[in-house]
Amino acid sequence: MGQKLLMKGNEAIAEAAIRAGCLHYFGYPITPQTEIAHYMAKKLPKVGGVFLQAESEVAAINMVYGAGSTGTRVMTSSSSPGISLKQEGLSYLAGSEVPAVVVNIVRGGPGLGGIQPAQSDYFQATKGGGHGDYKQIVLAPSSVQELYELTVEAFNLADRYRIVVMVMGDGILGQMMEVVEFRDKEPIERPDAPWATTGHGCERSQNVITSIHLSPAVLEKMNLSRLEKYKQIEEKECRYELFNDEDAEFFIVAYGTVARIAKSVIETARQEGLNVGLIRPVTLWPFPRKAIDKVMGTAKAFLTVEMSAGQMLEDVMLSVCGRKPVYFHGRMGGMVPAKEDILQKLREMKEQLG
Amino acid sequence: MTHEIILAGFGGQGILSAGRLLAQAGMMDGKQVSWLPSYGPEMRGGTANSSVVISDKPVDSPVLSNASALIVMNKPSLDKFEAWVDKDGIVIIDSSIVDRDVKRKDIESFLIPATKIASDMGNTAYANIILLGKLIQERQIVTLENFEKALYVVLPPKKHHMIPEEMEALKIGMNYADK
Amino acid sequence: MAIIFQKPKALKDTSMHYCPGCTHGIAHRLVAEALDELEIEGRTIGIASVGCSYNSYDYFGCDMIQAPHGRAPAVATGVKRSKPDSIVFTYQGDGDLAAIGTGEIVHAAARGEKITVIFINNTIYGMTSGQMAPTTLLNQYSTTTPYGRIADLHGYPIKVCELLATLDGPAYIERASLADVKQIKNAKKAVKKAFQVQMAGLGFSMVELLSTCPTNWGLNPLESMNRVKDELVLHYPLGVFKGESLEV
Repeated sequence: MGQKLLMKGNEAIAEAAIRAGCLHYFGYPITPQTEIAHYMAKKLPKVGGVFLQAESEVAAINMVYGAGSTGTRVMTSSSSPGISLKQEGLSYLAGSEVPAVVVNIVRGGPGLGGIQPAQSDYFQATKGGGHGDYKQIVLAPSSVQELYELTVEAFNLADRYRIVVMVMGDGILGQMMEVVEFRDKEPIERPDAPWATTGHGCERSQNVITSIHLSPAVLEKMNLSRLEKYKQIEEKECRYELFNDEDAEFFIVAYGTVARIAKSVIETARQEGLNVGLIRPVTLWPFPRKAIDKVMGTAKAFLTVEMSAGQMLEDVMLSVCGRKPVYFHGRMGGMVPAKEDILQKLREMKEQLG
Repeated sequence: MTHEIILAGFGGQGILSAGRLLAQAGMMDGKQVSWLPSYGPEMRGGTANSSVVISDKPVDSPVLSNASALIVMNKPSLDKFEAWVDKDGIVIIDSSIVDRDVKRKDIESFLIPATKIASDMGNTAYANIILLGKLIQERQIVTLENFEKALYVVLPPKKHHMIPEEMEALKIGMNYADK
Repeated sequence: MAIIFQKPKALKDTSMHYCPGCTHGIAHRLVAEALDELEIEGRTIGIASVGCSYNSYDYFGCDMIQAPHGRAPAVATGVKRSKPDSIVFTYQGDGDLAAIGTGEIVHAAARGEKITVIFINNTIYGMTSGQMAPTTLLNQYSTTTPYGRIADLHGYPIKVCELLATLDGPAYIERASLADVKQIKNAKKAVKKAFQVQMAGLGFSMVELLSTCPTNWGLNPLESMNRVKDELVLHYPLGVFKGESLEV
């Protein structure tokens, strides 16, 4: 490991992207992620890259579509209302299998909502916020170090699978500072992109990037081939962290900042005789069902904690599949679950289950 | 040992940068640190606060719901955060702005007219540093050596000429005899 | 036997799906001729839009990207900024460019993006079957203005060349017509010049081509051509709106 810096989460994302070889950034300002744009505006021109402030989030994601179509590593970032505007572009990127990295530093909604942290874009991110049958890989870092490492990884995954990878953090992660230890050399994988529209140079046949296939049979075939790819990703790319999972009876399932809060509850809970473990999904899609299976032996119940009305909760319930009770604690609108409230919920669970 | 510190006051009083300085110095001391600011319209003059964690072990949560130390530079912040302070925790109050002491008996407090002292020094921007001085003196959160180095990292180069004065302000805070 | 007429190399050898009397075929040919004559097909990336020409990549042989409705100038921006040595053009209709894509075209023009825009103005939505376009003339019938376009209800047609010519970003803007041989010859010059402007790195270039839509106008091909010549040019005057003295 190399240089250590105290860095804001948003800046760590931007630095990670540049280190991953992403020299093209298109975006539109929105709190709480604008530091990404500031950082890119400052750094990219110095390394021969392009920072462009687009006229809208819609234009920005389509600039990403254009740059990604040439096989160029490209990124945009925004926060919830802006990500809603990008859904059209995300659907096109998925339909034409153009790789790109999109960062969502989530704030409370719906509508213009607020600017404080939230996790209420989980459905939009993991179930396909745009139209059509498609998926995007969703990475959920929970520290500034992880924002850096997973952003680098996002570019590798995007290229490997020709897919959109969303790095999704909440406003706290974007705004907070922690120590980041940078690697001397990034593990960059860049497969060839023979599909890219770079100009055929009169040397190869025409490349076309498109998502329109008016023949139902052809369109279904395209969808089926993507499903095959999604299946592969589900098999190979699930990531999660288990904490205190050996013999725990109650498992908190939480991601991002909330997973950190949950972790800080566990020691106190143990002192009270509550044997609590943590499952922290790192990929939200694909959702790490295996992690749930793994703890099913000792688990008496699960508690999903989110900064939402209960979105990941549905994936947890699908994974648990009725085998054990699933409880929920959530806060919304920028309110953050407090340790004491999580503890209280765990106590209630114990009481109910005996 | 884990220090969970909340700094709170009006936007523009240097609340966020005081937190950053602690975190930066803590990192240089080899500790695990996190710094979390309030963000948004607060930056334009409303209330601002930042949470700093400095610990020997990895920081579980950067989001605080209690604190071992509190620095307040306005009354609403004292009203809001006094209850958050752990038993035997410490509160440092800028008494040129806040007109009361803590109400609780199970916490330690220090009243320092930091803004007035800083104003007498010729620059109210040192008030936050004076308050930090007292906190560092009482709780040894970071080393002086690394605090000075942190100033060079956190302040933009055009303000580096002020660092000797900042360190002087820090020492005034450290040596301020209260009550 | 001497060859006296052949298709441009930059067009594929395939029959087009456009209606009889539609001028898309002519517009395609003019673009392809420019790519041939300037020998740039190999480094050209075209951006197809949404409308009848959504699949123009089936006709053009260069690399192409199919863009979301109205977003072609943004997609083109992404391509050009990531491959500055490439030649990038968008091919957009009036609904795509002047309604849903107004933001994208205005800002690409204002930035002076070094791209070429081929703008097909036939005063109607063709593909979705004849609805009012932003360029539909007053009193013109369409499926969504069954009593004619009425200013009070539907507002006024947008003159795109005139609008964009107020900006500092564009280097070259011209309106031409595809209604007869003489006008097509002028249009050809305009299209070629637009690409030359891009090759010279001078800035944003756009050619608006007054075009037909016999199917949705309810006119036969000849009547359609006459409508362009007799009616459209009165509202959409031909000429250079920006960069008249530009030498390329």
